[in-house]
Amino acid sequence: MDPVQIALEEEVAEKHRHHGKAQFFWVWGVLLVITAIEVYLGYQNMEPVRMLTILMGLSIVKAALIIGYFMHMKFEISRMKWITMSSLVFCLAMMMVFFPDAFRIIHLGVR
Amino acid sequence: MADVAVQQHGAHAGTDAYEPSLFGTYSKKIGMWLFLLSDSLTFGALLYAYSYGRISTPNWPTPFHSSSILNATIMTAFLLTSSLTMVLAVRAAVFGNRKAQLGWLLATMACGAGFIILHGREWSHLISEGLTLPMFPSVPGHEANPEFANVTKTVPQFAATFFGLTGMHMLHVTLGVVYLGIIALRKKFIPILLALWLAAWLLTPAYSPFHYGAHVLLLAAIVAAVILFLKPKVYDASDVEVAGLYWHFVDLVWMFIFPLVYLMSTRIL
Repeated sequence: MDPVQIALEEEVAEKHRHHGKAQFFWVWGVLLVITAIEVYLGYQNMEPVRMLTILMGLSIVKAALIIGYFMHMKFEISRMKWITMSSLVFCLAMMMVFFPDAFRIIHLGVR
Repeated sequence: MADVAVQQHGAHAGTDAYEPSLFGTYSKKIGMWLFLLSDSLTFGALLYAYSYGRISTPNWPTPFHSSSILNATIMTAFLLTSSLTMVLAVRAAVFGNRKAQLGWLLATMACGAGFIILHGREWSHLISEGLTLPMFPSVPGHEANPEFANVTKTVPQFAATFFGLTGMHMLHVTLGVVYLGIIALRKKFIPILLALWLAAWLLTPAYSPFHYGAHVLLLAAIVAAVILFLKPKVYDASDVEVAGLYWHFVDLVWMFIFPLVYLMSTRIL
């Protein structure tokens, strides 16, 4: 195997060895609590768009915790963080271009 | 020619002959991240399509009773716990603790299998109640629930997007369990996988979508066998970490599917 890759793998493993175990249990607990809040909100009689906004907001927080801690993105170099995450957010945000059409249809009503 | 020059140069100059890694990490991890970024766009498109349908359909059905929500909440807890056990497997791997690594990987697989079983049970229940797709055969000797049959007739895009989105995710979870099985048990996992395929194929009734869906396990066993026999190796900490990235991604996607598909369609009594 390429010696550079071996050196990089060892460097990454060394970084992992410095991470405490407790933080992962904390993140797991917070994720479970947010899930419980989401289930509670699911039973509240709310307008769909408002409910969708709140639930997606909470899901983004959960996603950030998973990517940051479980996937170790928080501990990567800033170039890795910015290039991967900004490209992902940009591409997903571009898909929002379809939403005004969904609102237009609902305001038109069903014919 | 250029490759030969690089090899010779590298051989004389050692590792300093190469530029430092752009992302400060090893190639297979970057490769997995690139795959996950592309896969997130696939799920992103499906989730946006579902949200579009949800917003633009005034009479969007709310068929999920509290039993379905409870089932989906337990499934979510399984996946969240599997992410914790996966991160502990990676930690055990970097410390060279092979026994703990194997234990945590098997725990992750057990949580993943629990998720698949609960999800399969939920699908079977919904199909037998009448929430189905035209391609699924009807359940013999079972009267469809008028509420669910009505949903299938009046808002057909509900069943199409529900089964499309959750089916795609279930496929990812299944392949994730297979991936972890290969990392944890290597060649020993192939007979287990074949036994699981036979059990899933023969024990599910012919009208169940899982009767044919079980063949995914056979395909996975063939691909795994080819990889393991052509390139046998002991999987190290970096392989466990890369497998972990895939597993956490599967968990992450469910964090959007659960509220969007289940909680946004809760039947409030």
